[in-house]
Amino acid sequence: MSHRLSSGGRLINRANPVSFAFNGRTMRGFEGDTLASALLGEDQMLMGRSFKYHRPRGVVASGAEEPNALVGLGRDHSYEPNARATTTELFEGLEAETQNHWPSLEFDIGAINARLSRFLPAGFYYKMFLWPRSFWKHVYEPFIRESAGLGKPPKRRDKDHYEHFNVTTDVLVVGGGIAGLTAAMAAGEAGSQVLLVEQTAHWGGRAPVDGPQIDDMAPNAWVTQVVSALQAMPNVEMRNRCMGAGVYDHGYALLSERISDHAPDKAGPRQRLWKVRAAQIITATGAIERPLSFAGNDLPGVMLASAVRDYIVNFGVAPGKRTVVVTNNDDAYRTALTLKAAGLEVPAILDAREDATGALDEDARAAGIRVITGRGIASVIGKGRVEVVHVCAQDSDGADYEAIEADCVAMSGGWSPVVHLWSHAGGKLTWDEADAHFRPDPDRAPKGASGEVFVRTAGTASGALTTEDALVDANRTGQAAAMALGHKARGPAPRAEPESRQVTAPIWLMPENAPYEKRAKSWLDFQNDVKVSDVELAAQEGYESVEHTKRYTTLGMATDQGKLSNINGLAVLAKSLGVAIPDVGTTTFRPPYTPVPLGAISGEAQGALFQPIRKTPIHDWHEANGAHFEPVGQWRRPYAFPKSGESVEDAVAREVTTTRQSVGLLDASTLGKLIVKGPDAGRFLDMLYTNMMSTLKVGKCRYGLMCSENGFLIDDGVVARIDEHTWLCHTTSGGADSIHGAMEEWLQTEWWDWKVYVANVTEQFAQIGVVGPKAREVLDAVSASFDLSKDGLPFMGWVEGSLGGIPARVFRISFSGELSYEIAVPANHGRAFWDMMLEAGNPHGITPYGTEALHIMRAEKGFIMIGDETDGTVIPQDLGLNWAISKKKDDYLGKRAQMRSHMTDPLRWKLVGLETLDGSVLPDGAYAVDEGDTVNGQRNTQGRVTSSYHSPTLGRGIAMGLVERGPDRMGEVVNFPALDGSPQEARIVSPVFYDPDGEKQNV
Amino acid sequence: MLILSCPYCGVACDETELQPGGEAHLTRFGPDASDADFEGYLFRRKNPRGVHFERWRHAYGCGKWFHAARHTVTLEVFGTYPAQVTEPPPDILDAIAAKVPGWEPSS
Ligand SMILES: [Zn+2]
Repeated sequence: MSHRLSSGGRLINRANPVSFAFNGRTMRGFEGDTLASALLGEDQMLMGRSFKYHRPRGVVASGAEEPNALVGLGRDHSYEPNARATTTELFEGLEAETQNHWPSLEFDIGAINARLSRFLPAGFYYKMFLWPRSFWKHVYEPFIRESAGLGKPPKRRDKDHYEHFNVTTDVLVVGGGIAGLTAAMAAGEAGSQVLLVEQTAHWGGRAPVDGPQIDDMAPNAWVTQVVSALQAMPNVEMRNRCMGAGVYDHGYALLSERISDHAPDKAGPRQRLWKVRAAQIITATGAIERPLSFAGNDLPGVMLASAVRDYIVNFGVAPGKRTVVVTNNDDAYRTALTLKAAGLEVPAILDAREDATGALDEDARAAGIRVITGRGIASVIGKGRVEVVHVCAQDSDGADYEAIEADCVAMSGGWSPVVHLWSHAGGKLTWDEADAHFRPDPDRAPKGASGEVFVRTAGTASGALTTEDALVDANRTGQAAAMALGHKARGPAPRAEPESRQVTAPIWLMPENAPYEKRAKSWLDFQNDVKVSDVELAAQEGYESVEHTKRYTTLGMATDQGKLSNINGLAVLAKSLGVAIPDVGTTTFRPPYTPVPLGAISGEAQGALFQPIRKTPIHDWHEANGAHFEPVGQWRRPYAFPKSGESVEDAVAREVTTTRQSVGLLDASTLGKLIVKGPDAGRFLDMLYTNMMSTLKVGKCRYGLMCSENGFLIDDGVVARIDEHTWLCHTTSGGADSIHGAMEEWLQTEWWDWKVYVANVTEQFAQIGVVGPKAREVLDAVSASFDLSKDGLPFMGWVEGSLGGIPARVFRISFSGELSYEIAVPANHGRAFWDMMLEAGNPHGITPYGTEALHIMRAEKGFIMIGDETDGTVIPQDLGLNWAISKKKDDYLGKRAQMRSHMTDPLRWKLVGLETLDGSVLPDGAYAVDEGDTVNGQRNTQGRVTSSYHSPTLGRGIAMGLVERGPDRMGEVVNFPALDGSPQEARIVSPVFYDPDGEKQNV
Repeated sequence: MLILSCPYCGVACDETELQPGGEAHLTRFGPDASDADFEGYLFRRKNPRGVHFERWRHAYGCGKWFHAARHTVTLEVFGTYPAQVTEPPPDILDAIAAKVPGWEPSS
């Protein structure tokens, strides 16, 4: 059983016990524990259930690579699923619950999946789709949804906050083990500005556990000394609990720092996302030990050999009392020696190699440990945890050689450099035969903007597996990074003793000729439940590409991204395909290295800070007067102004009726206002608009349409000519920025010799519509420096001067069909002018109106709205706007596209009005059905509703829509079925429902 | 995330400051164009593994459009230059030739 040792544990403080809850049970650990070490200390070996078969699983590793020990942390507003127990630092009051089981961790009904494993093979999900459709929907999907899946997403809003840092540095060193420290020192001493980050809370990496002498010092002492020296250097910045999440183009890196995960009461943000630009990046990310593939290798108690000694040395916790060590390399002997030194039993070291003659091997024998070479594990047996290890010859089919009672197996399949960050930015790998791993190929490093190498590796991340080699490599890398930045760098590497080391044997299956029933119990990917037999089946079924095999079997696709499983899996694939491992290649390494919370990615950009809110100069009045707002782009516009006790719908109807009968007031300040100026401005606008703008007279307005080069209508608005060289173009509220951008693009990149300037003055002016039969009387009540009479300012004219003492431009234009003036005043006069109009309009019962009344009134008049009648596939000709397309012009944007055969097809859907037979309101977006079915068995369609409202003026529903040959089918009735399929019949009519002769505005 | 220097204001821009604009040096075809020429102008875009000329706008800076010559695989940037040209300037072509032996501009 796993238990706390009576002494030892370099990272824990036995003077400070910590209590925590695991599945509601109170347990105890010590300050400095991880959740995993504390659970092991309490003999809680079982920490989760696997994804597919719900097999009982214990902790395998001691760090970020852990696939099994995933828990839900916290509760309610601070709940985090899928947290690795191995990287979760213990604190007083921590609450953890296990995942993926029902009803309990110990008794899990889903474990029945394991007995069905023959029916859940590789590609299971894909094969399911071939079965009858009804089975998928009603049988398999509910079953899979219930039984699969890891942690559940939080249900409550995250109470924590997160922040982003933007940082530039000369050299970023990722990894604070002895290689990272050495590289940082080398680069820092040469004068580079260095940022050194380490994902755990501790500096020094594995060295203090493995115990090599460095510069004649114990590793702990050496690390302490170097960390102090680095901290004293003004050009070196160090952060622990800070993971290198990803490396991207041109020296960009993301770091994920945990600030208060281990101390929830600490003030400030919970996590910080660093966005780093580094001239040079050094990955000193170490290596990860590989599991061995033998039957029963997923039983709780089977662990990585390095993890076993981590728990003993770092936390004073023993995963078992009797541990069998099984290995294909020398390093696992360290674990046997550590176990022995801690007073624990090591009944045998099973070394799959024929000889074991390295220095460590000799030490083990000298310590009295039985070393059996040429042997491996035939199977590990136990009920929920390790009980018996069956030993066999590695070179066999698993015939039993002897059985050893044990409660723990420490396995080592060799070490693989952590190449993730190197690979993120395009660094290539090379296969190292001697150590049986992929390591970074320094000749094919990621390159930066000027073609220079910007990612380098240091230490074991380079494939340098001995302390001596790692230190030399790290020193050289740190110096190379500094020299790439123009610094001089010299100085020897820290010294470590040479090691006599035997090569690692490439053991990918144990025993070598294991039969199917063993291979079907030999796990590769613990988290996603992928076995040796699954990868073999994929190869048998024709999968050759490692990327396809990955997706088919789901190998390496779990939250750990296959940190333990990838190399073993592709070795099995290579063997099945009969090719060499490097010819199979690796899958793509993608950021982040370990999952980063979405909260950290969004940072401060949430809630009120998600995006800026634009407010008109009259916004405060709207707020004070109970406006019901709606978002229009980043603007907030009043939708309606309900009075107290009035519903929004009633307010809209009142606003329309009052405006039509007397007068209304509209805040139209959000309207885009672009000044286009210069000797070539007229020529330019003739290219931008479908109609002719160069001939517009000063003092006049013209409605214009703008299309993309694809011919599609993108914006509309009224253009006013200000003087010989100046036009003012009104755009839609949402289109101001994009149309301004489009104008700049054409001027800068196509017609750069044309003399034109464009300025976006949208926010410089407040624009207020005074609309309705009484509009002129309202304006006449204030002093004006110009004539606003019927003939003094005719329809589509504008004047400039002073109105009520405020500088103003008055446009006589109408989007409602009523007598209407739009008055632009400097923004800082906007509120005063609004108040003045309210007062002047008081005798007429003037009403402010919102966007919904505006929409209804324009629809009653059959005026189109960009985004309702257009959706990026509609051309002006579809909307009956041919009158606004100049036939005199040789060219305008979109003209050529509108000549394409699809655009001139007589069957295109065209704009019509729609009148329901029963007066009801059609649902917006409803489709008109036609005879017959499509190839997918759905009804053919012949049109759709683009705008639909209840018209208070007409007392019934009105709609606009696009219908096939619509204008030729006036009076015909078409059916727009409701969502429940019930018919809704509407008659095709003219889109102008109100005042078709335009008499109301010509007064 | 790329860094491209704006040839107008000299700022070394992060990609997030820039608006991408696709392939550079397109010839606009108008109402007189054949269907094939117009299709080429509207839709046919190069997507090379190698040297590529692109349009970018310094959107969160000076607002200017410029061109960049870069390698789409190695991400090496050979240079940036103003957008008011119909073909890459000689110094850019020289820079590419020096870094990519055997490269020739395609039509
Ligand atoms: Zn710029």
